[in-house]
Amino acid sequence: MMISCEKAALICNKTQYREATFMEKIKLRMHLLMCKTCSAFTKKNTELTALCEKANLHSLSEGEKIKMKQQLEEKI
Amino acid sequence: MAARKYSEQNENMRVIKSNSSIFDVDKASMATQQLQPETWVDSYADYLFNYAVARVNDSEIAKDLVQETFFAGLNSAKNYKGDAAERTWLIAILKRKVIDHYRKINSKKGKAEVRMSYSAGSEAEGDWMEEQVADPFSNFENDAIENEELGLAIQGCISKLPKKQSLVFTMKTIRGMSTEDICNELDINPSNLWVMIHRARTSLMGCLNQNWF
Repeated sequence: MMISCEKAALICNKTQYREATFMEKIKLRMHLLMCKTCSAFTKKNTELTALCEKANLHSLSEGEKIKMKQQLEEKI
Repeated sequence: MAARKYSEQNENMRVIKSNSSIFDVDKASMATQQLQPETWVDSYADYLFNYAVARVNDSEIAKDLVQETFFAGLNSAKNYKGDAAERTWLIAILKRKVIDHYRKINSKKGKAEVRMSYSAGSEAEGDWMEEQVADPFSNFENDAIENEELGLAIQGCISKLPKKQSLVFTMKTIRGMSTEDICNELDINPSNLWVMIHRARTSLMGCLNQNWF
């Protein structure tokens, strides 16, 4: 049941993308009870996820960027 | 006649071009602020795109505006004095492009008319002027402005990350792609991906720390 801090951080990151399994989440909870540093990290990490969602970010796909780059390079 | 004019113009262009290249070398030797158009797409495309989407509400139009901004930046590169950062300078151009866009869609006949009706299609009468007054207690506008600033702040921090990390983070967080797809596309293994995500997130926390946490 005991996991290292690295493992905890990994599970925490997975949780941000809803990819942690049930078992992993329980392990993380157990670890967070004992480890202040990881608790703080988890709190901030969750906040970062909330901020990213709130900001409603947009981005261009790689394909679009490559196309843009080509068109730009033709003019340089 | 026309051909001669054209060749003359070409000649002029070449002179300008050669001048500007000399100028560039001069600037390079000073090694201070100078434009690097090759890196624009990688460094600023997403940042400008976010700015544009927030204003025109259409990703296709926003994409075109960003592209036009890059072209315009390239054309007026010789006017760049180096007293603003590249990104600020490009944003200033994009701002003009957004204004031009609205001017263009509004110049079509009849669109410039201001139409006011109570509720479209119905005969209802009412105290509509009163109903259209802004709600003084509404937080909606403030939130929208704050969220946009937040978006630009995050985007700014993302562009400071190493290339690979920003790529993985963008694909995962903003485009919401699955781990498997990203691994296939970038040819990396999952544990590799999570390490990069971890580093990216840690840097972002640090970068956003001053203002947003």
